[in-house]
Amino acid sequence: MPTRTRSPAQVPPHTRDRAGVVRVRDVVKTFAPARRGAAPVTALDGLSLDAEPGEFVAVVGPSGCGKTTLLELVCGLIAPDAGSIDAAPAALMAQRDLLLPWAGAVENAALALRVAGVARDAARQRATALLRDFGLAGFERARPHELSGGMRQRVAFARTLLAGRPVLCLDEPFASLDALTRSEMQDWLAAALRADPRTVVMVTHDVEEAIVLADRVVVLSPRPGRVVATLDVGAPRPRRRTDPQLVALRARALARLG
Amino acid sequence: MSALLVLLAFLGGWEAYARLSGVDEFVLPPPSAVATALVDDRGLLWSNFTVTAGEIAVGLAAATALGLGLAVAIHFSPQVRRGVYPLLVGSQTLPIPIVAPLLIVWFGFDLTPKMAIVALVCFFPIVVPTLDALSRVDADLHKLMRSFGATRWQTFRIVEVPAALPGLFTGAKLSVAVATIAAVLAEQAGSEKGLGRLVLQALPQFETARAYAAVLVLCAFAVLLFSLLALAERRLLPWSVQPRGTAP
Repeated sequence: MPTRTRSPAQVPPHTRDRAGVVRVRDVVKTFAPARRGAAPVTALDGLSLDAEPGEFVAVVGPSGCGKTTLLELVCGLIAPDAGSIDAAPAALMAQRDLLLPWAGAVENAALALRVAGVARDAARQRATALLRDFGLAGFERARPHELSGGMRQRVAFARTLLAGRPVLCLDEPFASLDALTRSEMQDWLAAALRADPRTVVMVTHDVEEAIVLADRVVVLSPRPGRVVATLDVGAPRPRRRTDPQLVALRARALARLG
Repeated sequence: MSALLVLLAFLGGWEAYARLSGVDEFVLPPPSAVATALVDDRGLLWSNFTVTAGEIAVGLAAATALGLGLAVAIHFSPQVRRGVYPLLVGSQTLPIPIVAPLLIVWFGFDLTPKMAIVALVCFFPIVVPTLDALSRVDADLHKLMRSFGATRWQTFRIVEVPAALPGLFTGAKLSVAVATIAAVLAEQAGSEKGLGRLVLQALPQFETARAYAAVLVLCAFAVLLFSLLALAERRLLPWSVQPRGTAP
């Protein structure tokens, strides 16, 4: 096993047996002010959130409601000031693809494997196979600047999956894409998760994206973030954006966002 | 191509002025006289050139190795940054024409003080861009590596070292120009051989054309070094070199 950066307090040993569970309880997170004399910023104030194994939970909320902070807490990159987080190991995928500009698609997708000490050839093989599944055959050696925005996000998602964590934390994964590519990528993500189911916590400010993809949509208040509504989507997959049930849900979610 | 045209026009104007204005050839030799000196004195120029080229090459190599090492040390340790960085900036304000004779008194007439001066001058332009490139690595990329459980050493090796290479190349290219000037100044402070020394000797002997020829050789060498570095950069770091938009 690779060295984990999380402290044992954040990942109690028993959670490794309960693959894919996320339990966030009454979490408070405050950041020191950027300037001396300014008030500290409370990003999250008593937030609770659960995700069961294999469940897709979308978190929507206005800008600056602490969505990214929530994911960093779940991934164990930061610790809460109060409350508890009990989460299986999670991999983070950011809004920006964060691909290494000097590395080809395979090297980028295999990054987590390389960090985990997997032998180079084995890592390359697994990354190559996954990239082919993702429709990137022929682009194995392409560097990020030679790929389109959608292709780069697919490489970044392959990298996230190959980290082998039961939980995926997606931070506005398609926000930087144009509208057409974004809806294509949403359908693509739904298919990729059918093939390799994981527990997913995705934050987004796009209500439609949340409803098309998630089993459950959690609506947060403006900062400090608190849960103001939870909507069960429950529509069968594959989903169509124009499905009246989804359109009605979208209206409800938007109403709660105010 | 346009650079060549500008150069030809410049040489033509110079030739015409030197011939038509009646200025003494010892004061301003025409390009044709410089070309003649270049051919006639080729043995003398070559034997002095190898000395100067060696000083520049070794000085640059030493500055690159030390500069890279110091950039990494400053990057990893705030103490080193606080303790060394101000001194480093201070070292750049040393007036080389005044320091050079002092080093020569200390180290003697051989090559060591020249290499030391070249290294001293080239050090700073190498450290600063390398350090910049190291510290500009995206904070989110650091987070990503931590989320994968990467150690500090892994992040350095996999992310920071490749990210720093373009900075190192920029520094090395900047250094080539100042290295040439530093080598000549160091030689003029006291030496037995080298193009700087040759220029100093040629002037009282009224061999002005030879002095110009020596400067020309030095310029050509600096341009060659710069081009080699740029070529190496394009070959080794194709991802960092921006594709040229409209160049023919």
